[in-house]
Amino acid sequence: MRYKIRLTIDYQYQSASDHVRNVLRLLPSDAPGQHVTARSLTISPPPQERLDRLDFFGNTTTDVVWHQPVETITFTLEAEAERFATPPVDVSPPLKGIAADVAGAGIGPLSPLHFLGPSPRIRAEAAITAFTRAALPATGSSLAMVEAVGRALHKAMTYDADATDVNTSPLEAFGKRRGVCQDFAQIMIAGLRAIGLPAAYVSGFLRTYPPPGQPRLEGVDAMHAWVAVWCGQAQAWVEYDPTNAQWAGEDYITVAIGRDYADVAPVKGAIRTSGGQDSAQAVDVIPLDDPVTPPQADMTGKDRTP
Amino acid sequence: MSHPAASPAPPAILAGYRPQPGVADELFDSDGRMRPVWAPFITQLASLAPHEVATRFARGEQYLRDAGVYFRLYSGGPAQEREWPLSHVPVILSDAEWQGICAGLTQRAELLERVMADLYGPGRLVSDGHLPAELVAQNPQWLRPLVGITPRSGHWLHHLAFEIGRSPDGSFFVLGDRAQAPSGSGFALENRMATTRIFSDPFPRANVRRLAGFFRAFRAAMEDQAGAGRRMAILTPGPNNDTYYEHTYIARYLGMTLLEGEDLIVQNGQAMVRTVRGLEPLGLLWRRIDSEFADPLELNETSQIGTPGLLEALRQGNLSLINALGSGVIEARAMMAFLPRICETLMGAPLQMPNIATWWCGQPRERAYVQQNAAKMMIGAALDAALPFAIGADTALGGQFRAGSSLSLPDWLAAEGGRLVGQEAVTLSTTPAWTGEANSGRLVPRPMTIRVFAARTAQGWTFMPGGYARIGKSDDATALAMQNGGSVADVWVVAPEAVKPDSLVQGNIFERNPPGILPSRAADNLYWLGRYIERTEGAIRLLRAWHLRLAETGDPDEARLQELAAYMERLGLHPDRPIPEGLAGLVSAARNAAAKVRDRFSPDGWGALNDLAKTTAKLTAKVSHGDDAALAMSILLRKISGFSGLVHENMYHFAGWRFLSLGRAEERAGATLMLLETFTDPEAAPGALEIAIEVGDSAMTHQRRYRFGPSRQTVLDLLMLDAQNPRSVLYQVAQLRHHIGKLPQEGAGLSALDRILLRIDTDLRVADPAGIDAEMLADLRARMSDVFELISTSFLR
Repeated sequence: MRYKIRLTIDYQYQSASDHVRNVLRLLPSDAPGQHVTARSLTISPPPQERLDRLDFFGNTTTDVVWHQPVETITFTLEAEAERFATPPVDVSPPLKGIAADVAGAGIGPLSPLHFLGPSPRIRAEAAITAFTRAALPATGSSLAMVEAVGRALHKAMTYDADATDVNTSPLEAFGKRRGVCQDFAQIMIAGLRAIGLPAAYVSGFLRTYPPPGQPRLEGVDAMHAWVAVWCGQAQAWVEYDPTNAQWAGEDYITVAIGRDYADVAPVKGAIRTSGGQDSAQAVDVIPLDDPVTPPQADMTGKDRTP
Repeated sequence: MSHPAASPAPPAILAGYRPQPGVADELFDSDGRMRPVWAPFITQLASLAPHEVATRFARGEQYLRDAGVYFRLYSGGPAQEREWPLSHVPVILSDAEWQGICAGLTQRAELLERVMADLYGPGRLVSDGHLPAELVAQNPQWLRPLVGITPRSGHWLHHLAFEIGRSPDGSFFVLGDRAQAPSGSGFALENRMATTRIFSDPFPRANVRRLAGFFRAFRAAMEDQAGAGRRMAILTPGPNNDTYYEHTYIARYLGMTLLEGEDLIVQNGQAMVRTVRGLEPLGLLWRRIDSEFADPLELNETSQIGTPGLLEALRQGNLSLINALGSGVIEARAMMAFLPRICETLMGAPLQMPNIATWWCGQPRERAYVQQNAAKMMIGAALDAALPFAIGADTALGGQFRAGSSLSLPDWLAAEGGRLVGQEAVTLSTTPAWTGEANSGRLVPRPMTIRVFAARTAQGWTFMPGGYARIGKSDDATALAMQNGGSVADVWVVAPEAVKPDSLVQGNIFERNPPGILPSRAADNLYWLGRYIERTEGAIRLLRAWHLRLAETGDPDEARLQELAAYMERLGLHPDRPIPEGLAGLVSAARNAAAKVRDRFSPDGWGALNDLAKTTAKLTAKVSHGDDAALAMSILLRKISGFSGLVHENMYHFAGWRFLSLGRAEERAGATLMLLETFTDPEAAPGALEIAIEVGDSAMTHQRRYRFGPSRQTVLDLLMLDAQNPRSVLYQVAQLRHHIGKLPQEGAGLSALDRILLRIDTDLRVADPAGIDAEMLADLRARMSDVFELISTSFLR
């Protein structure tokens, strides 16, 4: 499926701040199952410095700096991408076979070894580990385990944009059994790592206009987040969306992958200001092969990914 | 052990000095003979009468106190400062033995450099199977954003420390490598200064290798790396760090600027320092902060002490760091298990000096070995950088858990596997340490390890010859005795002949340092130090005036007393207690500002400020209302004058001193205006004018200058308009203009700050005391606030 993607993020600072530096992870790149045919990121007001580079995990990263005070900033992403991904065909070993496969991995960018231990925002939590273990069927492949955990989590959690914020820990969100895509993804990652499955955090987009006759999915009004899981040498990485309890197939466009939100945050900023800040996001992901009429909806989301 | 029968009777200080069997001793060799390198020292120490020893030890301790040497303890509660735990007796090594140590550690330094270059470069050690990938990928000190960045100098490591110990067979081995931000080299200098005061006799000290050459070579190497026209500086986490004292000490010693993360900004890939003159480019940082906190945008996002964009300056090759970020990765205990083989691979030779035998439990054979030999091992976290004798709750020693555990040892090893290492429970050598009271003490054997500091220079690795040993607390020679502190001793490397004297300055070369830079943050702290000291002084004078009148009348409800009390309330000083808490608050605000810029004024100044704080606390606890408290205030006034005298008479007139002076003048002008508003009010209580003169410290001058009085006009004339009176408002304005005139300012002509001060100056010079009313006083006070705003925006941000 081919998509046209448009994202705008607005920031407003209460008091003008001098010297703003941002690290952006907004530009999607080619990835297995994904081809980006066009992409552009425009920034207003134009920064004095801008540099596009690749980070350790291979994500396109944009450093921008304003030397003068700025009161508002707008990032606008326009991209066209094709997504081939389909639900995975199961060639994964049972859970106990994963460790041997991991042992043979190196330290290259997407080695499963980076995604097993604690990361800046995710560590093993007994409550999440217990929940995850309880969700596992007695037998089955690793892939089946992933799906079982994802479904259980989806069932146990309620999607609630007001229950958590961008800095809520996985344990706290799990305690409330509420949250948005970031919380769903980080809880699932904590659980999968605890049972020995390397798990990564993926940020990106979810198609905003459902195929005719299908319900609109959760979390389509802003950037989305889901989970990538490494299910052994043969299967390698698969992507699962616990917020919607489905494999992240052709309705998903990956922007960045990392150990948790800290590695892939769409906008990381450092400002010198005394006041607070506000931001708003709007996302359109329009299928090009399967045209539908965009509904006239208010697409303004909140300052975070679902 | 027994002393050979032929030798003379051992001196009294060695009575009972009995090294344990199977343990190497620094003083006696395995045959019980005193090592020749110690003999002159022991002879000399033994020749001292007990009271002389006591005097000398006291001299060394006095030096450390005077120099303000301390380290900070984190112990749950508020950070505490502790005196440096000097063990008075040095560890003595021969030159020849030291050369052997340096040769072994040179190889190790080069090996560690190559490991760094690989872990942050091609990663062949992992892909070729010399190092398990897990130990790298799961090491929190392996910083992914640094992978692929080659340092500007081409080298990752420039300053290293090695913790070494002596085995029972007499050879040395490495217990730990320090590459993140090794601390202690400054403390080594202080150990030496203190020990030199204790053992001041020319012999045997004349043969002891000097430490200064090491720092001279290191500084020259850093200058080379910084590049022409670019500054070099030390980056500290700030005053709350446990070794902040050392950062200030080294900065002063080497003449380098001490910076914190917020002093820096990265623009166009170049690290710049925010200074009172604007942004200045920086070429090199000797960092004392841990890597992960260096850049909150790309490393630990919670860091409050880093500089956003620092990694960009590294990627663009515009900044050298000592050491490269991410160097903590090689400190992990588990690295010790693989370094012997890696050495053969990368260096083509075995390790010249072995490291502590280590087994990583991520490998089945090694795990089994550790389990079988657990009784002779310390088992702990594989990726921890702590030394083997740092026994925590998550370690097992001799097969026993420190803090108990629900798991059995085999279950623990099986469950945790790759997260654990076993390290041989080693035996260290013992060295003489003084025990008992100084005037009746003697020497006893105590276990020790030596910290060896290395620096990379253009000519290769150079080593600090001695300076730093850790001494255990009990006679237990297993490494266990080294935990929980102990003490620190100097290490003397003794040459066969006298070595030539040396200091950081060599010969009589005359070379001025380039003018230093003043970071805006430091200027801000100095400015506030000036303000708080002045505010404290004003508070003391007010309190003294109140207590004197109370002593005189015995009636706190008397009109003048009430007027004074109401005025003091406005300043947060409530005279219901003889010395209100507000006063201690002001002193501690001054001390806090000073604590952040300790590299910028003398230890004497710091000592005077501490003395003021201590005396205030002591007096607060015991004085009573009236004369007693008035007397106490006079004591505090003398103390604070002592500090001001040190600062204003003895401090070099750097830009930093000007900010201190600006703060004082600004505060004094504002406070005097406020004082006059209240106490020259025609409605004020009788006797108010005398209070104004007294608090304005101008009573004597008033008597001389005016035939009658005081009157409202004489008071206003003297405290506002008299350009000769150092307490007058006009004098403060003139001071502000003078100092600001000496500071760098952008653009030609008058700045907004120059203009406002010139107007105030003119208004005061043309004013007639009769024409000054409350409105004018209030207006002037508002204009002084504008002056403060302009100083802040022009220099302090």
